[in-house]
Amino acid sequence: MKKQLIAVAVAALACVGAQAEDTLAKVKTAGSITMGVRDSSGALSYTLGDGKYAGFHYEICQRIIGNVEKAVGKKLDVKFQSVTSQNRIPLVQNGTVDIECGSTTNNTARQKDVAFVNTTYVEEVRIAVKANSGITSIAQLKDKNVATTTGTTSVQLLRKHERANGIDFKEVFGKDHADSFLLLDSGRADAFVMDGSILAGNIANAKNPADFKIVGEVLAVEPIAIMIRKDDAAFKKLADDTVRDLIKNGDMAKLWDKWFLQAIPPKNVKIGLALSESTKAAWANPNDKPAEDYAKK
Amino acid sequence: MTWDWQVFLQDDGSGRTYLEWMLEAWRWTLAVAGSSWLVAMVVGAVVGTLRTLPGRPVVSALANAWVELFRNIPLLVQIFLWYFVVPKMFPAFQQVPGFLLVVFGLGFFTSARIAEQFRAGIQALPKGQRYAAMAMGFTTAQSYRYVILPMAFRIILPPLTSESMNLLKNSSVAFAVSIAELTMFAMQAQEETSRGIEVYLAVTALYAISAFAVNRVFALIEKKMRVPGFIVSGGTGGH
Repeated sequence: MKKQLIAVAVAALACVGAQAEDTLAKVKTAGSITMGVRDSSGALSYTLGDGKYAGFHYEICQRIIGNVEKAVGKKLDVKFQSVTSQNRIPLVQNGTVDIECGSTTNNTARQKDVAFVNTTYVEEVRIAVKANSGITSIAQLKDKNVATTTGTTSVQLLRKHERANGIDFKEVFGKDHADSFLLLDSGRADAFVMDGSILAGNIANAKNPADFKIVGEVLAVEPIAIMIRKDDAAFKKLADDTVRDLIKNGDMAKLWDKWFLQAIPPKNVKIGLALSESTKAAWANPNDKPAEDYAKK
Repeated sequence: MTWDWQVFLQDDGSGRTYLEWMLEAWRWTLAVAGSSWLVAMVVGAVVGTLRTLPGRPVVSALANAWVELFRNIPLLVQIFLWYFVVPKMFPAFQQVPGFLLVVFGLGFFTSARIAEQFRAGIQALPKGQRYAAMAMGFTTAQSYRYVILPMAFRIILPPLTSESMNLLKNSSVAFAVSIAELTMFAMQAQEETSRGIEVYLAVTALYAISAFAVNRVFALIEKKMRVPGFIVSGGTGGH
């Protein structure tokens, strides 16, 4: 009896395993696909409330799912699962989420666990300061209070920069981006080092956007991509091709304009982030290279 | 799921390993918790005692106000108020280091709860104890010092143990004001190493060890300070 139970359990596990490997077959059987979304990842992926989501990556994913529907030959029920930085990778691995459309950096450590679609967005780490501060470069931040957000790669970036250049920042850590921006706004910090899109988004939503500006050199670039399960060649090809076609037929540039340059819901503010050179380069040559390859350049 | 515990030996980019960083973070957690505990005990004992003073309605009301103020506002909100809102009103506050803010924020919050325990302990004593002290000719201060407080303190040791363990765990809010303690380490290191489960397990173990150590210390105090025939009269109480 016990042996039978174990056999059944093993068979059940094997089934789950087999399903998890082939997303296209899985969604065809289930008749539904689960999209992982973020509650507030700038204009890339965010909630409008009421279980509705929007954003640049959200819309690209909708196009990919459109092509999935064509491939499996039936209409799919699209389910949304809100994810966080902490749980997004396990949820993709265990099959809860089929395609994660947030703001996940593609790096080699993560490529051991998951796969990434062709890079759609390249993030540049920048410095935001008060417009009247006179700071124009990272060199001027020596011994100044520099804010950044706990749980982001910018913290490590600052640490490495300090060591490499022998200069010292007084780091202050916000518990989230809104908090870090408040540190800058309230004068507890002289600068806020973070991904450009997040800085632009926070400035756009500030009481007086003209009081702040983004200055200085690009401190680092990171490819941000849509995340899917590892070793699922068919699904990856379909998603990669979708992204490639969007770039080719100019829709990608239109989507950029829509989400980063025009007023977006719910508050109808403009992020005002021009298409960066790094992102243009990634589009010119669609690839799923990890962040480490970008750092080498 | 494969384990990768060697992640703790990796360099974090500044020349120290994640293990060294974690131990440093542990020290911060203990420093925050220890300092706040001192604040909480002193303030809590004073406020709790004031609430029971006979014939001093104004003082008792003020002590009541203290308790209600600090226990009715969520802890994270209090920390936020000290960190962002108070400096808006009094710019000098901007210079106060985050460590002091969180020690007093956490200390005051916990003091409200400890004050309640002291009051409960004092009021749990039979009235006869107070009357006996008065009959001896003790002043109010003397009767508190020599009769009421020593007994009340013994009664409240068990809840005080839980409260002290809670304080240690509550010290995780310090990450909100940029203190590099264990919770901040966990959030940051899991992002940098992508080995969240290992990092969180290690941090959980450190919290558990610290809290259990607090528990053992209190158990020892309880044992050493036991008054024969009081509370443990049946010989079965206590630890």
